[in-house]
Formats: sequence, structure tokens, C-alpha cells
Amino acid sequence: MSDRAKAAAPRVAAFLAVALIRAGAMPAQAADALSEAPPGAASCSGCHPAHPGVDTPLTPLAGFYGSDIVMAMQVFRDGRRPATVMDRIARGFSDEEIEAIQAWYMAQRVIIDAPPRAK
Amino acid sequence: MTASPTRRQVLAAAAGAAASALPCPLLAEGAAPRVVVIGGGFAGATMARFLKRADRRLDVTLVEPNPVYAACPFSNEVIAGLRDMDAQLFSYGRIAAEGVAVVHQAATAVDGRARSVTLGDGAKLACDRLVVAPGVDLRFDALPGYDEAAAKRMPHAWKAGEQTLLLRRQLEAMDDGGTVVVALPALPYRCPPSSYERASLIAHFLKTRKPRSKLIVLDAKDTFSMQRLFQDAWKEFYPNLEWAPVSSGGNPTGVDAAAMTVSSDFDTYKAAVANIIPPQRAGRIADLAGVADRTGWCPVDPVTFESRLMPGIHVLGDAAIAGAVPKSAFAANAVAKVCASAVVRLLRGEPPAAPKFVNTCYSLAAPDYGFSIAGVYQPVNGQWLEVEGAGGVSPADAPPWFRSLEAKLAHGWFNTVTAEVFG
Repeated sequence: MSDRAKAAAPRVAAFLAVALIRAGAMPAQAADALSEAPPGAASCSGCHPAHPGVDTPLTPLAGFYGSDIVMAMQVFRDGRRPATVMDRIARGFSDEEIEAIQAWYMAQRVIIDAPPRAK
Repeated sequence: MTASPTRRQVLAAAAGAAASALPCPLLAEGAAPRVVVIGGGFAGATMARFLKRADRRLDVTLVEPNPVYAACPFSNEVIAGLRDMDAQLFSYGRIAAEGVAVVHQAATAVDGRARSVTLGDGAKLACDRLVVAPGVDLRFDALPGYDEAAAKRMPHAWKAGEQTLLLRRQLEAMDDGGTVVVALPALPYRCPPSSYERASLIAHFLKTRKPRSKLIVLDAKDTFSMQRLFQDAWKEFYPNLEWAPVSSGGNPTGVDAAAMTVSSDFDTYKAAVANIIPPQRAGRIADLAGVADRTGWCPVDPVTFESRLMPGIHVLGDAAIAGAVPKSAFAANAVAKVCASAVVRLLRGEPPAAPKFVNTCYSLAAPDYGFSIAGVYQPVNGQWLEVEGAGGVSPADAPPWFRSLEAKLAHGWFNTVTAEVFG
């Protein structure tokens, strides 16, 4: 079994756990997260749904881990990863801004640090 | 250097709030500040929902006369018989369930200085901050012959709902071999790219259902957004579509609804179906609130979207004129989240955060053929500008799978944003 496949099951479980947190009462520290949002961060959910279950080809925010956002934005920006529109969007953000966006989503636990290790 | 003026504006905005608002900071004192949002479209509904989510202590009221919202994005697919109207309809039930007071009344008067809104039933709502998101009104005084009565024969279909279905029924009922005329206004107006999507999907309808018919687009412009992408698609798919820009005499100059004719600078066309998109302005409530200027649109502060004419009132969505900010549902949603953050901070007596947002607008030239224009926006020297080097349109030479993927992403965007706002 590939590493990718091994990682898949816990990843789905973690994904659902995050989704459940988000679907229930918002944790206290997330209550006023919007007013602390770094520049551009609130725009992501226009296309990437916060919750799974929306009919779209795109990854929900709760489907990203740790450094996914920084890495993806950097490779889109540099043209190292093919894109439809994210290359055009990523070029509008500095490293500092991208890191702040990722940190904000992690602070709310929308995005968790890393996939749980496969046993 | 752009940071200094922005910071000055931020401080000025905060100082303005301190001077004009009631006890400040309201939230810190444990009071329940009241915010009234007028207009339940993409901008207003997003604003109401995200304000309440940002701080549950806020007393948020959404004033919207219609119990059901009919969304404009993808209504061109409804017109072309590719989609059911039901897919465009959304209720406010989930927003109300999150604690927003949703009042299905029209706002009939706004006292900007007293921050008071009068409703159709005579009730008055007082608030600490007011948000108006009235969308656009169609100007029935701008194109000779085109008034509200004419719109019943020559639909604009530029507000989704009965007009959308009227245009669809007319297209379905027309004899094959007729001429459809679409008339487009000069800028600014609601979501200009979607008027070319409109033309494309009507051309698709004619090609597949009434193949001997043709479409003439009379345009008060010579250039438009994603022009090359649209024109390449028209060349490939729609020999039945003729675009007449201003320079070719296409500027629409008037209609005769009884005779079903549409005139341009050079000619008069007999139409089997006429889709007239007239000039527009901010919705009427903007006038009542005193936030629209002589152009008919609403100038706003680039950080907080607070009216430049009436402190304490924020203007969102298509009604606002804010530099390069597009009049799109995507931008309405993105800006409303930025503004919700600013309003919460102002109510706390804090300066608003530096704003920035993304806009992505998809257009369909055919059911499985989409492309996009994107931009990243931030205020520079008091104006919303696009971040240089970012944004732009889909590649001109993309293969069919790329267009197909962008068409799927377009539908995905609609499902995502409507879930965020109404779901």
C-alpha cells in the first residue's frame, strides 16, 4: 500500500472531525476570528467551501493541512503547478501574507497541523 | 509609499467613528450594538450573517422585502433553457437560524443622521451602524421608449425572477427564422461580463433550437471584459451572432415596444424577441439614505466601505462605486466579509484591518465552455486598485478540457458561494 493510500483513511477521519467542529458550536476562540482575518483571507471561502458537502471540484478549506496553503500558493505563484485561476490569484500575495492566511486558518482549527499518522 | 496614506485613512476612519457613533467602544462596554442591513442579496446577506458570526453579541437585523432570493449568476442558463429557475432560489431561513433578525419588509425611509430606518409597516429600527446593499435599479428614463411597461414586452432580465422566465418563454415561443436583439448599455452596470455570457447562451439556444434565427447584439461600447475569449468562442460556435459595437453604429438609441423595434445609431431592427439591458444606478434605497451622488452610484471609503456622503452608513454590492472593485456577486460576497470585519472593529473602537480581497468571475460561452477573469484588490492612496502582476483572464489558447474545467469551476463557485451565504 502506498504512503498516500495509507494516509487516506485517517485523513478522511480528521477531515470529518474538523467538519464536525465547524458544523457545531463555534469554539470560543473562533468567535471573533473574522475581525482578526489577515488581508485576503476571507476571500478563500468564495470558492473553497468551509464545509465539505458542497458540489464543487475544489478542495474544502477543512481538507487542507498545515503547510498546504503556503506551499500551494507558492508553487501556483511561481508557475510550478498548473492552474486555471490560482496562478493569477497567488501572484497578488507576498510570502508574508500567505503565511498569515495559513496561520489564521490554523488558529481557528479550520486547518489542522498535519495528517494524523497512519498506524 | 502606500502604507502611510492607508494608515492615515484607517486612523481617520476610526476617529470618525469615535466622533459620530454612540458610546464608544460599544462592544467593550458590554452593550449590544445594533446593526441594520438593508438588502438581502449576495452583499447584504453575507454581511448580516458574517457580522453575527463575528460577534454573537451584535444585534443584527436584515431588512429584505422578498422572502425568496432569486440569484442572478447562472440566470443566463435559465434563460437559455439549460437550468431550472428553482436552482436560483434561496431562502433566508438559515441566516435567521443563526440569530439574525430577518424582517421581510421594504425600507421606506432612512434617516442617516439619526440612524433610523422606517419599514413598510411603519415600524422604525434604530441602529448604531447601517449597511445598505440595495443592488441596482434599472433606469427607465435613460433609453427612449424603454420604460416599465416596455420591459413587459422587451424584458431586461437583469434582475433574476419573473423577468428571467419571461425572456425564456419568449425565446421558446418565437418562430424559427426570427431575429433576437440584445441591447447593452455603457459602463458602469451590474456584472458587465454576464451580458456577453447572456448573448452567448442565447446564441447557443438559437443554434440548437431555432437554427434559422439570428442574434444581433447592439452595444454602447467598443471594448469589453474578456473580449478576445468571447469573440473567439463566437467565431467558433455562433455564426448566427452579430456584435455591433458603437464604432459600427451599434449604440442602442431607443425602442418601440409596440412595434417591437430597436434602433441604433445606424439602423432600426425588427425583433422577434428583444432583450434590453438599460443603463442602471444604485437601488432606490441609496437615494433615501442619502448615499448616492449625482452619478446615481455611491462613493465609499476604500477601507470600510463607509459612505463618503453619510458617516455611519456602509454601502455594499453593486450600488457602491469603489475604484476598480467589480460589480459582481463574487466581489459583493468578498467585500461584505471585509466590511463585516471593519464594522465589528469600529464598534469595538479599534481601527479596521488593512483590507484585501480576491474577485473571480466566470463566464460561460457555451454550456461546457467557460473562462474567467480574476483580480486581487487592495486600497492604494484612497482608491481600490488591482494588485499589479496578479489577476487577468484565462489563456486565449487553452484546450477544450480547460474550458470545460472552468465551466465546472463556475458551477462549483455558485454552489459554494450560495452555501456560504444562504446554506
